[in-house]
Amino acid sequence: MINLTINGEEHELDVPDDMPLLWALRDIVKLTGTKFGCGIAQCGACTVHLDGKATRSCVTPVTKAEGKAITTIEAIADDDVGKRVQEAWLELGVAQCGYCQGGQIMTATALLKENGSPDGAEIRDAMNGNLCRCGTYNRIEAAVARAADMEDKA
Amino acid sequence: MSSTGKSVLLANVSRRHFMRGLAAGSAFVMAARWGLATASEGSDSAKYGAEGMPGGWVDNPNVFIRIDEDGTVTITNHRAEMGQGIRTSLALVAADELGADWEQVKVEQADADQDKYGNQNTDGSRSMRHWYEPMRRAAAGARLMLEQAAADQWGVPVDEVETRVHEVVHKNSDRSLGFGELAAAARELEVPDRDQLTLKPDSQLRYIGRETGLVNGDLTNRETRPPAVDGQDVVTGKARFGADVQMDNMLYAVVVRPPVLGARVKSVDDSAALKVRGVIKTITLEGTGMPAAFSPLGGVAVVAENTWAAIKGRDALEIEWDLEAAGDNAQYTSGEYREMLEQRAESAGKVVRESGDIEKALKGASKTVTATYYMPHMAQAPMEPPVAIVQFDGNSAEAWAPIQHPRATRQGVAGALGLDLEKVTVHQTLLGGGFGRKSKPDFVIEAARLAREFEGRPVRVQWTREDDIHHAYFHAVSVDRLEAALDSDGKATGWLHRTLSPSIGSLFAEDPKHKADFELGMGFNTMPFNIPAIRLENPEAPAHTRIGWFRAVYNLPHAWAIQSFAAEMAEAAGRDHRDYLLELLGEPRQISPSEFKDGWNYGENPEIYPIDIGRMRAVVERATREANWDNKDRGERRGLGLAMHHSFVSYTAIVMDVEVADDGEVIIHRADIAFDCGKAVNPERVRSQLEGACVMGIGIALHSEVSFSNGAADQDNFDRYLIPRMENAPREVHVHLVDGGDDAPMGGVGEPGLPPVAPALCNAIHAAIGKRVRRLPVGKQLA
Repeated sequence: MINLTINGEEHELDVPDDMPLLWALRDIVKLTGTKFGCGIAQCGACTVHLDGKATRSCVTPVTKAEGKAITTIEAIADDDVGKRVQEAWLELGVAQCGYCQGGQIMTATALLKENGSPDGAEIRDAMNGNLCRCGTYNRIEAAVARAADMEDKA
Repeated sequence: MSSTGKSVLLANVSRRHFMRGLAAGSAFVMAARWGLATASEGSDSAKYGAEGMPGGWVDNPNVFIRIDEDGTVTITNHRAEMGQGIRTSLALVAADELGADWEQVKVEQADADQDKYGNQNTDGSRSMRHWYEPMRRAAAGARLMLEQAAADQWGVPVDEVETRVHEVVHKNSDRSLGFGELAAAARELEVPDRDQLTLKPDSQLRYIGRETGLVNGDLTNRETRPPAVDGQDVVTGKARFGADVQMDNMLYAVVVRPPVLGARVKSVDDSAALKVRGVIKTITLEGTGMPAAFSPLGGVAVVAENTWAAIKGRDALEIEWDLEAAGDNAQYTSGEYREMLEQRAESAGKVVRESGDIEKALKGASKTVTATYYMPHMAQAPMEPPVAIVQFDGNSAEAWAPIQHPRATRQGVAGALGLDLEKVTVHQTLLGGGFGRKSKPDFVIEAARLAREFEGRPVRVQWTREDDIHHAYFHAVSVDRLEAALDSDGKATGWLHRTLSPSIGSLFAEDPKHKADFELGMGFNTMPFNIPAIRLENPEAPAHTRIGWFRAVYNLPHAWAIQSFAAEMAEAAGRDHRDYLLELLGEPRQISPSEFKDGWNYGENPEIYPIDIGRMRAVVERATREANWDNKDRGERRGLGLAMHHSFVSYTAIVMDVEVADDGEVIIHRADIAFDCGKAVNPERVRSQLEGACVMGIGIALHSEVSFSNGAADQDNFDRYLIPRMENAPREVHVHLVDGGDDAPMGGVGEPGLPPVAPALCNAIHAAIGKRVRRLPVGKQLA
């Protein structure tokens, strides 16, 4: 049995040790906001927070997530920074298809929690691992900067 | 902006089509749809636009608009939402005409039902240009029903009442009734005849055509912007894509498919796979050769209790393939194929358009310019890989999938299960990107074949990224050879263009080896330059894998070659590229597509949609002006590149400001995109489409290639099939919407932004460092 703390709730999962956290979240816990995009940590669609750190859940076996606080896109609004990132995303109309955007928001939130006022180069560096096939990068960059500004004012 | 008055919207719509546009599902129409027949063959009279599509259009208010007693207005969206924002934009059109308050509008997604909703095939950048008018009429009909219900209740003539925001008022008294209060009575009324409808004048519209949101860095009309329908769900992880459908008792499958198109399973050893915890069963699936159409590729499925078990089970399979069944596909190696096409491009091929005497022009030239361009295979690679869930209950079936083409999906599932169409329900989920990949329902039909083996249980087939890249419907390889004659003033006197690509026709019939009408019509035959001698040829090119639509399709190689070559000609003539391009275009004028031997014209009426040189010039002039083209001094290893292309009856020009670092890294400082699609219904989403197309086009130029060795794709995943990342995006992107004039008809938006990006970028690379790229992707060529 694997014991996971997901969005503040305890879950006991009967899954093999090597099951990636991604599939445990999606297929077992039925939290589908965390997306499958590549399975090899190349696209970032599966990004969650482990103890606040942005982590690719598709290459993280469930055993590595035991004892850590797992946060998914479904609960990121409970975090002040996450909430502001979501607001900035909506205000700037970032999303097109939206599939990758949960992962983008998780990476952006982790960045802003570490660095409250990143410059353009720092944003691009932090977000470069998250692919968006619709090509919303300009708006993502603007929205991260906007969320940072909102924090300054808050 | 074009007039949106009654006269335009009600023109040419006969009463008998009130409930539904012509149901045109004949074999001929299918053939014309794929461009395998010309629009004039075998048809009594040509049909254009939405009317020319299978299922036509529908404008019955009861099909699309429902009003509940609590005032909630529910608008049904029948087109695929894949990021273009159609669920928001079409609903805004209806809400605006109806007079609904956006806060009280809900959007529901239609199931696949062409007889009820009209055409649902979401490709060709058609949704808004085909559905704007029917949707306005549907909403105007619903509004009139509400007004009639209010007039009946008050006992006054209907012309004494009018609709304001979410209520109907009596103009001669203070009385008003909300939409919810009128809903029950309005529902009982007859749908009004089309000639009774009056559409709102532009001055009364609140949403349509209004600039909101992010406009080149500034937030516009921030307080009054109608929120996107799915915006909140997307940022909170609640949006339900095909991948997110959850069913009780669901089985999870992944499939190992033949490495080469047409190869078959010779033997399977699944003993290790069946030992993987959670694996239930393996099933060998029947495959397909060519033409593959939408048939699943076959292979071996591993069915399990969860996705991870299925993936691990698949890894443990031992399969021997019969590669001989694949014929010469098993020898397909893309480097050799490119060389073969390049060699063939040196000799004449089938002539598809000719004017003047090209031989004479080339002989008499004071200078000739020759260049050959190559664009490789690419995979659409939507972020959500193909995925589908199908449940078969013996005599009926239900499917859930992210699909662009609901009708073909329903037909495919029905066929796979031996059911009548009416016994199959297809639920269209949100698409995590489409780009043409999800026009082909092979992955849903695959799930249906597996569901047959597990009656009563939903079976989900998940494609991994490796599956998606190995088994795409690939964008065609293209070789384009161009030769131009210039006179002593540098003026173009001759143009010879040979294009060679496998045809999408090879998907549906014996390989035609030549491009179909609709493929040539994508920027090849429709090459607009005003040159006295022109010959366009299309030598043979066979297909050895599945060739399919990729956003903008054959416009990509045609625009890449023609717009790169125009810059090379300008250089040879010692002229400024913009000035030379405008000279090639010539004076503003409108040209019938038939003059260019194009019988397709994106399915639109050539009289309403001529090829408009004035609009081409306008986007070139606007993009170059906004980019400050005349200031060429941008610094060391930095330069400006320009390209223009018209496609999907819209017009796009792009200027890129590009720096090439010493190590070959390409930095795009700024992109200026001028775009004319006629009326922009939701300018905010138009801008976002152009921004996104710009980024995707940068990937096409710099990185993206699927190569083949011995019939199999070489790339597996995003570590080797490279698509653009944030670092590749322009530091700044500016979209300039160009007013095409009062008569400009509505054009496409999703695709026409893409074709000019790669040539603009490569022209900028040339301006920056003098290196001419003729083979895509750029890759390491600049290092």
